Amino acid sequence: MKWNKETIQRLGPLLGLLLIGIILSILEPRFLTVSNLFNVVRQVSINAILAFGMTFVILTGGIDLSVGSILALVGALVAGMMTGGIDPVLAVIAGIGVGAILGGINGVLVAKGKLAPFIVTLATMTIYRGLTLVYTEGRPITGLPDEFRFLGRGELLGIPVPIILTFLLFILLLIVMEKTTFGRRVYALGGNEEAARLSGIKTNRSKIWVYVISGMTAAVSAIILTSRLNSAQPTAGFAFELDAIAAVVLGGTSLAGGYGTLGGTLIGALIIGILDNGLNLLNVSSFYQQVVKGLVILIAVLLDRRKST
Amino acid sequence: MKKWFGLVVVLLLAFSLAACSNGGSEQATESTGNDASPAADNGQKVIGLSISTLNNPFFVDLKDGAQKAADELGYKLVVVDAQDDPSKQVADVEDLVQQKVDLILINPTDSAAVVTAVEAANQANIPVITVDRGSDGGEVVTHIASDNVAGGVLAGEFINDKLNGQGKIVELEGIPGTSAARDRGKGFNEVVGKNSGLEVVAKQPADFDRAKGLSVMENILQAQPEIDAVFAHNDEMALGALEAIKAAGRQDQIIVVGFDATADAVKAVEEGTLAATVAQQPKLIGELAVKNGQKVLNGEKVEEFIPVELKLIKK
Repeated sequence: MKWNKETIQRLGPLLGLLLIGIILSILEPRFLTVSNLFNVVRQVSINAILAFGMTFVILTGGIDLSVGSILALVGALVAGMMTGGIDPVLAVIAGIGVGAILGGINGVLVAKGKLAPFIVTLATMTIYRGLTLVYTEGRPITGLPDEFRFLGRGELLGIPVPIILTFLLFILLLIVMEKTTFGRRVYALGGNEEAARLSGIKTNRSKIWVYVISGMTAAVSAIILTSRLNSAQPTAGFAFELDAIAAVVLGGTSLAGGYGTLGGTLIGALIIGILDNGLNLLNVSSFYQQVVKGLVILIAVLLDRRKST
Repeated sequence: MKKWFGLVVVLLLAFSLAACSNGGSEQATESTGNDASPAADNGQKVIGLSISTLNNPFFVDLKDGAQKAADELGYKLVVVDAQDDPSKQVADVEDLVQQKVDLILINPTDSAAVVTAVEAANQANIPVITVDRGSDGGEVVTHIASDNVAGGVLAGEFINDKLNGQGKIVELEGIPGTSAARDRGKGFNEVVGKNSGLEVVAKQPADFDRAKGLSVMENILQAQPEIDAVFAHNDEMALGALEAIKAAGRQDQIIVVGFDATADAVKAVEEGTLAATVAQQPKLIGELAVKNGQKVLNGEKVEEFIPVELKLIKK
C-alpha cells in the first residue's frame, strides 16, 4: 500500500478512533474492559444503523433530516401493532415496510418533485413527528410482549443482539454499495449528476432508492430502540439525525457527495459513541461533553473541506 | 502528514479541556477527600446520579441538593446528564454500572423508557432510587418525588376558589409525552371536571417554553373573547402567556397560575402579575434522595414512596 494522499484520507477516521481510544484508555482504565466495550458498541448500534442509511443519501449529495422522526413513528406503530395483538415478527416486518414507504415519500419528492433534499426532509421531519404525536396521543406505548425484548436486550453466544444486527446490516449494505451496479450509480450520482444522467443512469430511480434505504435503516433503529426501552416514546429519536450526519461526516464521507465509505461511517459512529461513553466514565460535565463532541465534528468537517479543494 | 498533526493538536486540546473540567469537579468535592478516579479507591462510597437534563434550573437545584447532602455525608457523587433523551439515559446508567458505583439515583426522562436502565442496575446488584419521576418497572428501592398530580389539583383548587367556581380557563400544556405534562394536566382536570361551572375553553401545548407560551397565548387571545384564568404546566409558559395578556391589555380580567416557582415566577407573584405558582422543592428532593440512599447503603429499610411537600406560592 502506497502512503499517498488518498490512503491517508481513507485511514484518517480509523486513526482518529484509535487515537481517541488510546487517550481514553490512559485517562480511564475502566474504559478498556470487555464489558465496557460491549456496552459502547451496543449503545452505538442505533446511531450506526441510522448513519448507514444516511451514508447512501449523503453520497448522492442529499441529506435526510427526517430519520429521527421516522424512527419515532415506526417505533410507535410497531409498538401499537404488538399491543394490539399482532405477532411481533409480523409487526417488525410491517415496521420496516412503513420505514421504506416513509423514506420513499422523501425520495419521490426529491427526485420527481425536483426539490432540495434539505427542505423536503425538514418538512417530512415535522410531519412524521406530528403523526407520531397524533398516533401516540403524546403518551409512550408500553406493555410490549416479552419475546420482543430479545432484539434490543438479548444476547446470542454472549454477544448483545443489537451488535449482531448492526454487523449483519453493515455487511449487507456494504455488498449493496460496493458490489452492485446500484452502488456504483450512487457514487456516480454524487460525483456528477448530469454526467450520470447522460451516461444513461436512471438518476431518479436511484435517488428514490437511497431514501428508501434510509427509511428502512431508520425503521431497524426504531425497532432496536423500542425494544431496548421496552416502550415506544413519542419523543424518541429527537435530534438523532444530527448524530447520524455527524457519524457520516466523521467517517470521511464528503457532504458534497460522491466520496465516502460505509466502513468510515461505522468508525464515525464509534467515535461519537466512545466519546460519549469515555467522557461519562471520566465524569466530565455534560456541558463540556457537548463542547468536545462539537470540536471533533468541526475537525472532521475542516478535513473534509481540504479534501474537496 | 501535516494535516494529521493539526488533528492531533486539536484533539489533545479537546481532551485537556475535558481533563480540566474533570479537575474542576474534583475540586468541588475535594472537601470530602476523594482521589482523581470517579469510583474512589479509598473506601469512600460512590453514588451515581443520572439526571434527565441540566438545562433546566429545577434539575440543577435537585443536583445541588444531592451534592450538598453527599458532601455532608462523605459520599462521592457522580452526575450524568441525559439531556432529555431516554436512550442516552439508558447509556448513562449503563456507564454508571460499568463504573461499579455503590448506588444509583435516577431522575427518569420517561417512566416507561427508564425500565431498561433500572434493570441494567438490578442485574449488577446496584440499588436504585428514583427521583422526581418514577419507573414503570425493574426493582426500585424507593421513589422520592413531589406529586405532580397533587400539584395540578392544588392549582385547580386555587383557580376554582379565585373564580368562585365559575369561569373559562385556558390550559397551556407542557411537551406532549412528558410525564410532568400528563400528571399536572391530570390533577388540574380532575378539579375542573368536578366543577361544572369551570370550563377549559382552550388547551394547547406550548412545550414548557416561554416564547411558545407567548405565541400560543397570543393566538388563544385572538380566538377567545372571554377568559378568566390560565393554568400553565410550568412557569416559563405562564410568564410567556402573561406577556401576551399584558400586550392585549387583559391583565385585569385574567389570572395566571404557573408551576415550579422559578425565581422569575416568584418575583412576578410578589409584583402581583402572576396569581400563584405551585412550588416543588427540588433541593429537598435531591437531599432526601442521598439521605435515603445512605439508609439503603447501611442496610436499613426505607418506605417505598417518599413524598416531598408541594406548596402554593401566592401573594
